[in-house]
Amino acid sequence: MPSATTLDFATAAINQSLTTAEKIGLFSLMVRIRRFEQTALKHYNGGKMGGFLHLYIGQEAVAAGTISLRGPDDHFITAYRDHGHALAVGMGMDECMAEMFGKQSGCSKGKGGSMHFFAPDKNFWGGHGIVAGQTPLGLGLAFGLKYLGRPGCCLCYLGDGAVNQGAFHESLNLSGLFEIPVVFVIENNGYSMGTSQQRSSAYAGCLAQRADAYGIAWDVIDGSDIYEVRAKTQIAMERARNESKPTLLEIDTYRYYGHSVADANAKKYRTPEEIENYKQNHDPIILYRRRLITEGVLTDESADAINTAAAAEAAASAIFAEQSPPPTIADISTDVYWETDHNTPASRIGRHFFNS
Amino acid sequence: MSRILTYREALREGLDEELARDPNVVLFGEEVAQYNGAYKITEGLWKKWGSKRIFDTPISEAGFIGMGIGASMLGVRPVMELMFWSFHSVAFDQLVSNAACVRYMSGGLCNCPIVIRGPANGGTGVGATHSHVPEALFAAFPGLKVCTPATPADAKGLIKSAIRDNDPVYVMENTLLYGTSGEVADPAAGDHVVPLGQAAIKRPGTDLSLIAHGRSVLHCLAAAETLQAEHGINCEVLDLRSIRPLDADAILTSVRKTHRAVLVDESKPFGGVSAMVGMLIQEEAFDSLDGPVQRVCSIDAPAIYSPHIEHEQLPNPRRIIKKVLNLA
Repeated sequence: MPSATTLDFATAAINQSLTTAEKIGLFSLMVRIRRFEQTALKHYNGGKMGGFLHLYIGQEAVAAGTISLRGPDDHFITAYRDHGHALAVGMGMDECMAEMFGKQSGCSKGKGGSMHFFAPDKNFWGGHGIVAGQTPLGLGLAFGLKYLGRPGCCLCYLGDGAVNQGAFHESLNLSGLFEIPVVFVIENNGYSMGTSQQRSSAYAGCLAQRADAYGIAWDVIDGSDIYEVRAKTQIAMERARNESKPTLLEIDTYRYYGHSVADANAKKYRTPEEIENYKQNHDPIILYRRRLITEGVLTDESADAINTAAAAEAAASAIFAEQSPPPTIADISTDVYWETDHNTPASRIGRHFFNS
Repeated sequence: MSRILTYREALREGLDEELARDPNVVLFGEEVAQYNGAYKITEGLWKKWGSKRIFDTPISEAGFIGMGIGASMLGVRPVMELMFWSFHSVAFDQLVSNAACVRYMSGGLCNCPIVIRGPANGGTGVGATHSHVPEALFAAFPGLKVCTPATPADAKGLIKSAIRDNDPVYVMENTLLYGTSGEVADPAAGDHVVPLGQAAIKRPGTDLSLIAHGRSVLHCLAAAETLQAEHGINCEVLDLRSIRPLDADAILTSVRKTHRAVLVDESKPFGGVSAMVGMLIQEEAFDSLDGPVQRVCSIDAPAIYSPHIEHEQLPNPRRIIKKVLNLA
């Protein structure tokens, strides 16, 4: 596996072309994702939100790096660990935090929750709760682009736990068979909930290698290096856009927290040393901060200022969420059918709802 | 002006007209294109429309149905064939967690204008795995729509409405109806569309309401003739046509007129369509009833294979007549 110690992906054309402002933007985005989630965790623990909270902390360079490559017709879909992708496509902290607080001002009006963020206007199609259930949808978004004659591609993210689901393999086969412009991105954080990759997957060299069985190109990426993420993902996106061919990427990354905050065994199925090693030596934000200071793009002071601003933005989003009204009982019955929401003639024929 | 078409031809004509009307309509599924359809519903359409508009998929129901759902969010209007609705179970997550819920979970930001169609019936000697009738199952998921045409005219009219609808519509047909014939309006006479959610009185009557959907409607019509001729009982036959949306008004109106109802339903009794319809009548037309609502459902077991006895597991005219005479 190539590693950042032997190749410097800063020299890739796609990274050489980054302006100072864009580099600061990438760093800021990763910091904002982390601060947002740390704030969410605080309020989750404070009982302000229900359900699960699947934190992305440690994986930020994946969403930030890949989504930074987007063009106007590129689309994105992911699973339930979706906060990073949401902020990366440009969703605001307010609407995302409010969604987790279950408020009307949330991105899904409080109907989706942490796992189900959506922003179709930003080409972001969720936020899906069932492991690998989103992979046929990502395939379909890319099929739709091809059918409609649009030049883009779809990045479909999944965790390493999703690689053993049938729907994913069906999607891989269909993507190769029909030459669909989709890039499947395995965010390999090493654990499918509490089961390590070694205990859950049969594989030879790596998970992405399974693409060979379908005649699909694949690559492995060090997810702690945002430059490597961008350089290699760019190749896959160009393959999709220009040749209408799929790619399977495996981006090695790590999550500091459990599968979700409710993961009681988060520190039992792995050693404290393993977590500490990642934090010290592979944290994508620390590494990029160091890099940008070396490049002269950031100073310690300016990096700290970005961090402070992100923390303030996150704190403000929690206040916004706290102060927003919850959905009403009447809201339960909207957004079920397009036709009834739009009060179309079709919606006035027959009974759509069966409340007693 | 109308012509006699088979149910199969009527469905095909409906698909063909919608392919012509909207370039975003695309048909796919197993054997639908080059093979001309396992049940020949799509015969000739591949030759006419080409591989962009109609194409074959591998046997990957979760994969290709999910693909259709994803594409529909971008504005494509996929019409997907399940060779048998019985195969729904291998795509269940896509059918109920994605198609039914994506609009809701996104707070109305997404919609999913897909159609999934195919046969859903017993009675053909293919045993339990190929004889599921899941219309009540899917109608139980808010966000989904389900219809079950019984006649060629309704097959054409409902498939066209389903394709134009902006929500996911699951069209459940019947292999035993594909070869049946009936009048269908000539396209020259105008667009033949049957709205979702509108039942039809297929035989007016005064003494008792037989309420059914799908092939059971034909059994009710046959039973009604015998009941009239041999017993002087004048049954009304109400064809639900759509399960969700459901024409509750038509059900209640018929029951308020006849004061008796027998629900005929190829579903199993537990949670079947008739369970919902029966509850609806009880809640909203109780005072109009002269007796308890009765049901003729499939006998409550997995579908038996034996061709000698299979038809007795399903609703049939003999069972309907017996039930009506017991009530009368």
